[in-house]
Amino acid sequence: FMRVSTRKCPRPGGDMQWCFSQVKGAIDDDVAEADIISTVEFNHTGELLATGDKGGRVVIFQQEIENKNQPQFRSEYNVYSTFQSHEPEFDYLKSLEIEEKINKIRWLPQKNAAQFLLSTNDKTIKLWKISERDKRPEGYNLKEEDGRYKDPNTITGLRVPVLIPMDLMVEASPRRVFANAHTYHINSISVNSDDETYLSADDLRINLWNLEITDRSFNIVDIKPANMEELTEVITAAEFHPLQCNTFVYSSSKGTIRLCDMRASALCDKHSKLFEEPEDPSNRSFFSEIISSISDVKFSHNGRYMMTRDYLSVKIWDLNMENRPVETYQVHEYLRSKLCSLYENDCIFDKFECCWNGDDSVVMTGSYNNFFRMFDRGQRRDMTLEASRENSKPMQVLKPRKVCAGGKRKKDEISVDSLDFNKKILHTAWHPQDNIIAVATTNNLYIFQDKVN
Amino acid sequence: RQLRRNGGGGADGDDSLYPIAVLIDELRNEDVQLRLNSIKKLSTIALALGVERTRTELLPFLTDTIYDEDEVLLALAEQLGNFTMLVGGPEYVHCLLPPLESLATVEETVVRDKAVESLRKISQEHSPVDLEVHFEPLVKRLASGDWFTSRTSACGLFSVCYPRVSSTVKAEIRQHFRTLCSDDTPMVRRAAASKLGEFAKVLELDYVKSDIISLFTALASDEQDSVRLLAVEACVSIATLLPQEDLESLVMPTLRQAAEDKSWRVRYMVADKFSETFVSLQMYLCFNCIHSVLTIWLSDLCLLCPVSEQELVSDTNQHVKSALASVIMGLSTILGKDNTIEHLLPLFLAQLKDECPEVRLNIISNLDCVNEVIGIRQLSQSLLPAIVELAEDAKWRVRLAIIEYMPLLAGQLGVEFFDEKLNTLCMAWLIDHVYAIREAATCNLMKLVEKFGAEWAQNTIVPKVLGMANDPNYLHRMTTLFCINALSEACGQDITTKQMLPVVLKMSNDQVANVRFNVAKSLQKIGPVLDSNALQTEVKPVLEKLATDTDMDVKYFAQEAISGKHFTLINVNKLKMAIIKSEMHFNLLVFTVLVLA
Repeated sequence: FMRVSTRKCPRPGGDMQWCFSQVKGAIDDDVAEADIISTVEFNHTGELLATGDKGGRVVIFQQEIENKNQPQFRSEYNVYSTFQSHEPEFDYLKSLEIEEKINKIRWLPQKNAAQFLLSTNDKTIKLWKISERDKRPEGYNLKEEDGRYKDPNTITGLRVPVLIPMDLMVEASPRRVFANAHTYHINSISVNSDDETYLSADDLRINLWNLEITDRSFNIVDIKPANMEELTEVITAAEFHPLQCNTFVYSSSKGTIRLCDMRASALCDKHSKLFEEPEDPSNRSFFSEIISSISDVKFSHNGRYMMTRDYLSVKIWDLNMENRPVETYQVHEYLRSKLCSLYENDCIFDKFECCWNGDDSVVMTGSYNNFFRMFDRGQRRDMTLEASRENSKPMQVLKPRKVCAGGKRKKDEISVDSLDFNKKILHTAWHPQDNIIAVATTNNLYIFQDKVN
Repeated sequence: RQLRRNGGGGADGDDSLYPIAVLIDELRNEDVQLRLNSIKKLSTIALALGVERTRTELLPFLTDTIYDEDEVLLALAEQLGNFTMLVGGPEYVHCLLPPLESLATVEETVVRDKAVESLRKISQEHSPVDLEVHFEPLVKRLASGDWFTSRTSACGLFSVCYPRVSSTVKAEIRQHFRTLCSDDTPMVRRAAASKLGEFAKVLELDYVKSDIISLFTALASDEQDSVRLLAVEACVSIATLLPQEDLESLVMPTLRQAAEDKSWRVRYMVADKFSETFVSLQMYLCFNCIHSVLTIWLSDLCLLCPVSEQELVSDTNQHVKSALASVIMGLSTILGKDNTIEHLLPLFLAQLKDECPEVRLNIISNLDCVNEVIGIRQLSQSLLPAIVELAEDAKWRVRLAIIEYMPLLAGQLGVEFFDEKLNTLCMAWLIDHVYAIREAATCNLMKLVEKFGAEWAQNTIVPKVLGMANDPNYLHRMTTLFCINALSEACGQDITTKQMLPVVLKMSNDQVANVRFNVAKSLQKIGPVLDSNALQTEVKPVLEKLATDTDMDVKYFAQEAISGKHFTLINVNKLKMAIIKSEMHFNLLVFTVLVLA
């Protein structure tokens, strides 16, 4: 069974060019820790774009209503709602601080006029409702509109309040709090295609929740060994299949991906498929295991493929082939010789995410020096672009960047040694239908779109 | 409330309006609790406003209050179901539709369900004309709404208007229901599946055959597990509507398919509903599928068992087990002897060999039902290894559970079988290292003696029990005393005086004080069974000797026994226990403090 796709998606690659649309966030070089963006996510229509930050805030941007006369401005997103999703907490039993940092945001399919999203920090998942209000009640019996009380003796009749129009107000209200189910840090949440359940994964366990029930969840994967000294791998990401409600995958720090079928049993400790590429002995080094750790896994929209990101590459797997990926793209192979220093400055543990475009023909992921990469699967072309203040004139076309891996540096090329490893793009998102992308640098959100000819 | 009423008369205002004015104002108070109170008194407000203003002012205001908290909306949805008279009677009942319509689209399931419930209620108060003019269009609007919340609500409304509308509208309603059964979102398909049975009941039989069966088949093979399992539920209602001859061809294939579904959740639902469906489907139709289906379920059980340690999952697990157990037990009585032997017996036997002790125990604990139908002997050969294994299980709670079924088993297997196979087990439990097992074993012996009689006890049990009096382990020697306490009454005066008493008396010289004071307690316990001669000549001297014992407790219990204050004794025991317990608590407290420090 396949859903009929009505997406119209101009094929990127080829002559497609990306141009700057907007940048959000402060210009200061002095970055407040709380302002660092920790997740970016479009909703299912692409009309809304949510970001979460280390300060526990969620900011939602709304796409301006399309202006037929000025199609070049179709990607204008403006702030729709901002709210504090999580607060810092302290676990007194374990003497642990719980950060307010938003690890993940997932939108729910729209169920009525309001919008719903799940946001999570390390321990607690919250369901938020974002709704609009454009009317307010007016008319009291016992007081004036300004709050002054009337003399009750003057009441001669009853007045029923009426609703009158007012300026649009957007409210975010917490609807459910899913707490106390994770001993370790939550790294992923994913909503099931059945629209009533979702999963949450931490380092060692995956739980299944009903969206309406907060006081219990089902543990569906538990890889915690009886003796913690025998621990050799952790769960790094997990996601539900976009169409099959019983299928989900989780990736591990050893570079494997396990696919589980919930129909088989309630506890999915036994995977039904294991995706793993044999290691290339010639590349074996001290860092092999660290760089093979998977930082993100994403199903394609059609559910046929999944993409994984490890430290140096992006791999596309066909769900029907477990022994090797069907495509492998090098994101920044030139860093292979730098692993030692990247280990020393901890960059080697950075968790880069990855995303698909609307018709699964292009994938995108981030790199260092505020570079991000796109790989066109059909044409086997790749592109390096940069999110920077220098290129932020309206509709300015982004110039492809090139890193010089060694040898003689050509004009316009950047030397590996001059890359800034503090400027990293970990989080990117692609509009579900259109060629609009959101790219988070440290504390700025860049929005780019393809150039309309 | 800051505002106080001015008491005096002579004012311009109408005194009776004041409380109502407060209620109305509080409909928009910032405090949820006050709003809730106000909504709960909505009928008072409506009464004061009169039917006209309720219709033209209050209801429009309420229609737009769907921003409110769930609990307020829930109360509102409920109130509106009883509002017919307050808007002017059945003639105007349709005025209640707009607020209920907006409540039927909110995201909270409880509120939507309540709104639908109220809509169903007031649908009955619509005249046939109003139903077609007002109610049915609302159902259509909901059914074709943009958001799935409204479409799910529509599913619950078809069955209430269908019987009362013209055949043209009926056709439209059927079409809407069909559309919702193949809706894009699983939410709506679930709602449709859950209302399928209900809708089938109001449909004409021809349409049940032509429409409902195909919808049922489609939903039962939906891509979403959660939809398929709800479709199974509808099976029960559908089966009751169809004539016998159609069941095999129209319902059985789907049911069979569901029972063998790849998803355990769907199979569980079939298991859960099996008894009900079974009755309505007439068993003879099912024979060909019983065996394969139950076999799958049995393998499910094994699959689910390892999960039982997972606290959160154990819930489901227990449900599956009890569902299955009740199905099998229910079936044996329905099927009768021959069929049970042919179809169910192999399953029992398989389950008795299950690797999970809970499964085996589960079957054994329900044996009495099977026994009524086929007699337990059919099972005895397989039963024995299962019992022996459970009796020696590493978990003491498992051992405890099987002990509790011993009297039942003994009764059904008969004395010969028992002596041959089970007696040694019962005796072995007496020297178990867990006190609870030894205690249960003692109690078990008593029940066995009640069943098999004193003579049997004298030949088989008593010698073994008394033999333990010479055991080097003082705990086992005490077990002898506990057994004597339990058995004396059932064994009667003769055995107690001639065989048990000498042993007890001899134990009064035991070097362990605990044994000695238990001798005192035992003597008190068996006293009523003994004749007065033995009491005077044998028991009394021993108790008197114990009363001068060096151990304080021995002295105490001996004196208690002599004075025969049985009740005090219990109280003292309780007191002692309480002291011990409080000491333990104190120790725990000290320990905690130390750890924290």
